[in-house]
Amino acid sequence: MTELSHIRNFSIIAHIDHGKSTLADRLIQQTGGLTEREMSEQVLDNMDIEKERGITIKAQTVRLNYTARDGETYELSLMDTPGHVDFAYEVSRSLAACEGALLVVDAAQGVEAQTLANVYQSIEHDHEIVPVINKIDLPAAEPEQVRAEIEEVIGIPADEAVLASAKTGEGIEEILEQIVQKIPPPTGDRDAPLKAMLVDSWYDPYLGVVILVRVIDGVLKKGLNIKFMQNGTQHLVDRVGCMRPKIEQLEELGPGEIGFITAQIKEVADTAVGDTITTVKNPAPEALPGYKEVQSVVFCGLFPVDAADFDKLRESIHKLRLNDASFTFEMESSAALGQGFRAGFLGLLHLEIIQERLTREYDLDLITTAPSVVYKLSMTDGTEMELHNPADMPDVVKIAKIEEPWIKATVYVPDDYLGPILKLCQDRRGIQKQLTYVGGRAQLVYELPLNEVVFDFYDRLKSISRGYASFDYEAIGHREGDLVKMNILVNAEPVDALSMIVHRAAAETRGRHMCERLKDLIPRHLFKIPVQAAIGGKVIARETIGAMRKDVTAKCYGGDISRKKKLLEKQKKGKAKMREYGNVSIPQEAFIAALKMGEE
Amino acid sequence: MAGLALYIHWPFCVSKCPYCDFNSHVRDSVDQDMWRAALIADMAHDAALTGGTPLSSIFFGGGTPSLMPPETVAALIEAAEHHWGFAEDIEITLEANPSSVESARFADLAGAGINRVSLGLQSLDDEALKFLGRAHDVREGLAALDIAQKVFARTSFDLIYALPGQSADAWQTELERALGFGTGHLSLYQLTIEPGTRFATLAARGELGEAEPDHGAQLYELTQACTATAGLPAYEISNHARPGEESRHNLSYWRYQNYAGIGPGAHGRRGDLATTRHKKPENWLSAVDRNGHGLQSEDPLSAYDQGAERLMMGLRLTEGVSRDRFPAALLDRSAIERLTAHGLLYPDTDRLVATPQGLLVLNSLLAEILVD
Ligand SMILES: Nc1nc2c(ncn2[C@@H]2O[C@H](COP(=O)(O)OP(=O)(O)OP(=O)(O)O)[C@@H](O)[C@H]2O)c(=O)[nH]1
Ligand code: SF4
Ligand SMILES: [Mg+2]
Repeated sequence: MTELSHIRNFSIIAHIDHGKSTLADRLIQQTGGLTEREMSEQVLDNMDIEKERGITIKAQTVRLNYTARDGETYELSLMDTPGHVDFAYEVSRSLAACEGALLVVDAAQGVEAQTLANVYQSIEHDHEIVPVINKIDLPAAEPEQVRAEIEEVIGIPADEAVLASAKTGEGIEEILEQIVQKIPPPTGDRDAPLKAMLVDSWYDPYLGVVILVRVIDGVLKKGLNIKFMQNGTQHLVDRVGCMRPKIEQLEELGPGEIGFITAQIKEVADTAVGDTITTVKNPAPEALPGYKEVQSVVFCGLFPVDAADFDKLRESIHKLRLNDASFTFEMESSAALGQGFRAGFLGLLHLEIIQERLTREYDLDLITTAPSVVYKLSMTDGTEMELHNPADMPDVVKIAKIEEPWIKATVYVPDDYLGPILKLCQDRRGIQKQLTYVGGRAQLVYELPLNEVVFDFYDRLKSISRGYASFDYEAIGHREGDLVKMNILVNAEPVDALSMIVHRAAAETRGRHMCERLKDLIPRHLFKIPVQAAIGGKVIARETIGAMRKDVTAKCYGGDISRKKKLLEKQKKGKAKMREYGNVSIPQEAFIAALKMGEE
Repeated sequence: MAGLALYIHWPFCVSKCPYCDFNSHVRDSVDQDMWRAALIADMAHDAALTGGTPLSSIFFGGGTPSLMPPETVAALIEAAEHHWGFAEDIEITLEANPSSVESARFADLAGAGINRVSLGLQSLDDEALKFLGRAHDVREGLAALDIAQKVFARTSFDLIYALPGQSADAWQTELERALGFGTGHLSLYQLTIEPGTRFATLAARGELGEAEPDHGAQLYELTQACTATAGLPAYEISNHARPGEESRHNLSYWRYQNYAGIGPGAHGRRGDLATTRHKKPENWLSAVDRNGHGLQSEDPLSAYDQGAERLMMGLRLTEGVSRDRFPAALLDRSAIERLTAHGLLYPDTDRLVATPQGLLVLNSLLAEILVD
């Protein structure tokens, strides 16, 4: 074990893409955690999807040994965190396990929304914050301006902020020194009953369920009978270790240390993050406060493209969930799409990632329905219900009141783009709460209905500001709204998978867009097809798909019969794959494209 | 009058046209004696199985059968008469390319017994002929047409339209000129891009495409109107004739009557059997040498297949098909009602007949009314 005074635990926090993972690479390399040959770019982003998208989704922990200028060797635990707002829960868990944070700010981009959100979280944990101005090698870098911005906007001293480049390696030594000098060592009592925080857990094909822990008091050892205080379950520790980032087995984990254990646990679901681990024999008198529970904010339906794949989807969703407790799901059936699931996510990127993992890791073709939020319905008979799926909306006459979730959004944007962004927020029924200017930038605080945000707010924000605006949000509860269910009718028949709940004022525009889109997506038939958007019995938008004009084989003689018959069979098969609504065959692709998020 | 139809395939061409997906091949030389003997042997094989029914038509198709030595044509006609006997008004058609080399043989071919010719004129525009990779120009083509009309009892010719960039006006002018030549029959095809052709390669590269459906439909409707006015209304999707001048041979395909097909890649229908010959000329030749016939397979057709084929072929005709010719279970009644209401089928209880709009969308219409 290491003396408390020689331990430093810190998270690397930043806005997305400011270079956290790359900086982690350099720190690992500098301290000799990996050889040149073992090193790869953003080595801690080990999921395929992280590598491909170049973003961190899951926080990762590494232990480094660093011999400082004072001649002493320190044990550093580094936690690389994701920058995207959807994965903020990963950041908060990591922060809870540390005494300090490296705040990375891109020298060319400056402070952004997620920079602030993460700093505030860090301050709440009483962390020592070590600012690092990264990417100073970039031609567009303005390190001095960013230094001023950190002081002005965040209000933390930045005169000692390290100017660094995770690309060239400049400033890395200095960062390590500052970690040792500025971040306080943990405190803890080796002789007190074991109290360790369950920071994270995941499934490893070789080790089984692996639990990341931060020991507060006491010692964790192999052979110890431990108890999860919240879950109430007991387990036998069979392995103790740390990541460097390669797995290294240890004798024990003492107070202040971060490491992992395995304890023959079958499923990740049996471990609750934020739980307190203690011993069966000598339990801690009280548990740690635990984490705020993460709640799904966006829901969508997931259906197999081929109905026969439902069992495979069910199996895959269960498997993925074993490994990743961040999403929720329940069965759903749709007349259009068959059997599937309604799943809940922490945000749109999260939704996209989970969908992509299912598609890729489990080789499934999926249809994702339009994302929706959770509505609270108060019924005329006094009961209340939560509505996750527009298709389940009860008859309007039975509904006394509909409430929708609202968020407080913080948008951080260069002045030049402020006008159009204000308009965007306004168009989305936003209520402006605050507008502050800080050196060429504006910080906007808006209250917005989440329903308007899940649609394509983020994409619009990014495109309006050419990528410069950043965005962060928190839920602020439900509010009553003038909401209606909009049905889409194809050839006079409602298509359940396309129904949605919208604000009355936005219904017409949304309905028109949907009809226009479907007009392009549904192939022409032998007859004209009306496509309508309707609220109750009232049609609010309408398009007509013209009848097919020509589809005939020019030549067909004796020698062609067999071949042409095969074509006919193919045509019939293609038709059989489509869903029928009022004699209209709608191809799966049309559903997928019509429901595709973020493209209006 | 339902005699047997005989199709004879001659697989050779001078060059391969870029739109052509027929079983046609370019060969430096052809052993004419061997080919004549092989075709006669292949014929004898089918004749032994279909004897008793006199032939109502023979069709020499290709490839370019106008390149066949007239003696070979004469020998095949003679052999056919010997095997089956001829109906009194037998129609014997030969496909011909309108080059001067070939038109020089027309008289001999007529002498050999050909009484109807189908001329691959394809266009009345030199640019278009070049685009279509044809060996002849308009002048040569029209000269051949002139000879054909003098030599053969009946003459038809083909035109390809809906070429890239072809306007309705341009096509109308060309068509009216074509109708002015006074043949009793015309085959008018919209250009289609078939897989495995040079045009398909161009299309894959985005350099060529079929006409937009709306434009194609407009040209088609214009074609129907012009030919009807000129007294050669459509009797099939792409075929027009003065009444009585229809191709009897092709009608037997569309009416789904039996036909024998001999030569490389030829197909036949013999009762409930679909016969297929080896496609590649050399393979066919060696099969005949080995087995005495060029058959590759004889596949039984289920009642469903036969019904589907009958429907698929019959609906191409403006006369449609008689409903009692195939099992009622084959048809989706509600689809038929719906499509009749949409004006795509005529409300006729005895026959299924597609309206002109119905003919234009026949593929989709078939997919609707045929039960799986
Ligand atoms: N020029 C330059 N590029 C850098 C530097 N540090 C990181 N980058 C690049 O910036 C991009 C983002 O780097 P990451 O390390 O993945 O950023 P991150 O903060 O971990 O991103 P998330 O985990 O998705 O929030 C990558 O393309 C890096 O190569 C630097 O110092 N200089
Ligand atoms: S001449 Fe006729 S068969 Fe020969 S390649 Fe041209 S189109 Fe095809
Ligand atoms: Mg990262």
